[in-house]
Amino acid sequence: MAKGIRDKVAILGMGCSKFGERWDAGPDDLMVEAYIEAMSDAGIEPSQLDAAWFSTHVDEVGTGKGGTPMSIALRLPNIAVTRVENFCASGSEAFRGAVYAVASGAADIAIALGVEKLKDTGYGGLPVANPGTLTPQVMPNGSAPGNFAQLASAYRAKHGVSKDDLKRAIAHVSVKSHANGAKNSKAHLQKPITVDQVLNAPMIAEPLGLFDCCGVSDGAACAIVTTPEIARALGKKNLTMVKALQLSVSNGYESQYNGWDGSHFHTARIAAGKAYREAGIERPREQISMIEVHDCFSITELVTMEDLFISPEGQGWRDVMDGFYDADGGVPCQIDGGLKCFGHPIGASGLRMLYEMYLQLQGRAGPRQLKDPVFGMTHNLGGAPASNVCSVAIIGQEGA
Amino acid sequence: MVGIAAWGAYAPRLRLSRRAVVEANAWVAPNLRSKGKGERSMANWDEDALTMAVEAARDALGTADDRSQIDALYFASTTAPFADRLNAGIVSAALTLEKSISASDVTGSQRCGLTALGQALAAVQGGVARAALVTAGEHRRTRAASALELDCGDGAAAFVVTADAGAAELLGRGSVTDDFVDHFRGNDGGFDYAWEERWIRDEGIVKLVPPAVKRALEAAGVAASDVAHFCFPSTFAGMAATLAKGLGIRPEAVRDNLAAVMREAGCAHGPILLAHALEQAQAGEIIVVAQFGQGAEALVFRATGQGSRPARGVTGALADRQEETNYMKFLTFNGLVEWDKGMRAEKDNKTALTTLYRNEDMILGLVGGRCRETGVVQFPRTRISVAPNNPAVDTQEPYRFAERRASVLSYSADYLTFSMAPPNHYGMIVFEGGGRIMMDITDVSPGDVDTGLPVKMVFRIKDVDEKRGFVRYFWKAAPDRSAQAAQTAVAAE
Repeated sequence: MAKGIRDKVAILGMGCSKFGERWDAGPDDLMVEAYIEAMSDAGIEPSQLDAAWFSTHVDEVGTGKGGTPMSIALRLPNIAVTRVENFCASGSEAFRGAVYAVASGAADIAIALGVEKLKDTGYGGLPVANPGTLTPQVMPNGSAPGNFAQLASAYRAKHGVSKDDLKRAIAHVSVKSHANGAKNSKAHLQKPITVDQVLNAPMIAEPLGLFDCCGVSDGAACAIVTTPEIARALGKKNLTMVKALQLSVSNGYESQYNGWDGSHFHTARIAAGKAYREAGIERPREQISMIEVHDCFSITELVTMEDLFISPEGQGWRDVMDGFYDADGGVPCQIDGGLKCFGHPIGASGLRMLYEMYLQLQGRAGPRQLKDPVFGMTHNLGGAPASNVCSVAIIGQEGA
Repeated sequence: MVGIAAWGAYAPRLRLSRRAVVEANAWVAPNLRSKGKGERSMANWDEDALTMAVEAARDALGTADDRSQIDALYFASTTAPFADRLNAGIVSAALTLEKSISASDVTGSQRCGLTALGQALAAVQGGVARAALVTAGEHRRTRAASALELDCGDGAAAFVVTADAGAAELLGRGSVTDDFVDHFRGNDGGFDYAWEERWIRDEGIVKLVPPAVKRALEAAGVAASDVAHFCFPSTFAGMAATLAKGLGIRPEAVRDNLAAVMREAGCAHGPILLAHALEQAQAGEIIVVAQFGQGAEALVFRATGQGSRPARGVTGALADRQEETNYMKFLTFNGLVEWDKGMRAEKDNKTALTTLYRNEDMILGLVGGRCRETGVVQFPRTRISVAPNNPAVDTQEPYRFAERRASVLSYSADYLTFSMAPPNHYGMIVFEGGGRIMMDITDVSPGDVDTGLPVKMVFRIKDVDEKRGFVRYFWKAAPDRSAQAAQTAVAAE
């Protein structure tokens, strides 16, 4: 049994650009914005960076392939830059690479940066992807909302929830995130909304309306990690430590074998279970202070509450309606507005989630600050319910 | 005696109201008002002559996986998707026929459906083939506001021909070949160009069809007065009756040409009328089918009252109907309107032919795998089994999904993605006996689909590569309306 990553690596600094429709900025500008904040927070010089991990997902727009876009934009001192891509979980992958490099001793200080410049396509929604030569010959010509929307039909069937009840529950998910996003000056969407607005919005993919879908945003986020010893030597106190980093990847069980019921994420349950073990957490509903989940769509967030073992199976929609995940609830969720309102520049999102958890743990979250958080969890999913990669990370206070 | 062992038919579910067409065009073509009664069958955007021919063939062949008895295939159409790619090869792959079959495309005239049937009968008679599958499909593209637009329908019919007749034995055959150009369509893929109807009727059909029928009756040794079913497709009013009178065939033998409910499906229409006659003929009755086109083709059969009846046939296909009153939809489906598909439609649909061939049985035949050791069924077939507790290596045997019953596990109706008929419905389809596939759901409207809906597999157009003129085919799920009705009946009890 591997010993795991718990308490081996500290976050030295983080940065995040303003997310949104950044007509003013190209991917280089976004990277620089996040990088300068993170370097300033870490208090180090570029020459102290040993290695870099760089995450982007979309090749059709944005930076293109390879590690060079990051190295050139930031004028890195010819260090290793590994470009990683793992669907919408790419940002968590960059973080994992940097953390593992430090934990291994191969690097003293490593940087992870994710960026996505989506708003260069000319149309709304995510860019139409090029899925290779076989997939388009057999798979439906679908979209992200169309794939995630399917959770709703299966969840209803499995738990006997009516169409109206589920639609109202997922509307509450979005209303809550908009309320949180209104307190975040870096968020893409900062206006509160009402349940009626959600219910009456144009349909995107049944049953998901416009307000059930997250923002399609430009942005970048960055993390600099090191060992606790080096962090302390650099004068840091109140360290934010990495407690768990897990990634579970579909192997075809959901999409090809008649076992999965379509109502939940098989991988999320595996990743969450492993992450809790790695972090030494036994009662997540009580012990986890706050979560940032991959709320690409409202229904995704709702079922994820059960997949992370915080709500009992089939009861997630009731917890949502009861306000358990609101800012003043038992486990605040998407306190920064989430993908829904902070926005979803794909390659940056995993790092953006960690950025909020880090700010909260450092007590620097401003008007959104929660009282004395101990553990913050991020759930960063890529792909579609039937075939995906799911990252679960936990960071927390030193000694917790 | 050589003859037809089994038959099948297909008509697309959509039926375009002809009234909707004439009303939309009344400002420019008021003369077409008289054609405003009844319906024409209308292919969905993802149907063409070939997909309909595959469906008719499936109706004729039944749901058994083993189709190894078929050793010859004839695909007839004047509207086949490819000018140089064996269209019958696609039909064969879709039906998972043996690689050792002979296959040909029969085309060039409205009578080619019956020509193909005649060739199949001759091949079996001559001992060249044991069991020949003939399938004819037609989907003619017509100009907006033309008479032809109101006279054409879409459809298909198929026959299995064997040496021991089964359903109907061949008694005689007659042909006339004459370069009478009632209409033509150049090889530029454009539209039909037709001459005056009175000339076609009086100089063409009336003079060229009877000699073919007479020859067939003579060969059969049957008197015209003994004919019980006379099938002759024509959109000219009373045309079949006129011919029958001249030939000495009793007026009551003239069969309904189905023009009121589907109009005329080109070269497939003679075969459709024959299939319809087979469905209703009593044992011993004589059936004559003829079709016009640069001469004529005529065949005489005697019904045996035996053989295998199709699950749907013409009767079932015509009963599965949904009225369409949106003429714009018809124009759009047929590429007659330059419409704004949006930027999402700009993606390149170039097909990697290497990938297509490597996965031929998977893509065209919907063939997956079944683990020899565990019996676990999966799609696609892979070297390592998907079974979670037994990832056996190299144990997969081919397993056909096309005829398996299935149902919807999860779905969405997607308004964001590009679709020729938005919203695009798709979902996870689970099969009885194992396996699941995320696939498109076709022939549905919003509100039709939910978890648990019984579905069947249908062979359809997946995408069209307009830049290169290539059509991609794959399978989709369509509501299994007979299973649905059965479910509802059980629930009512």
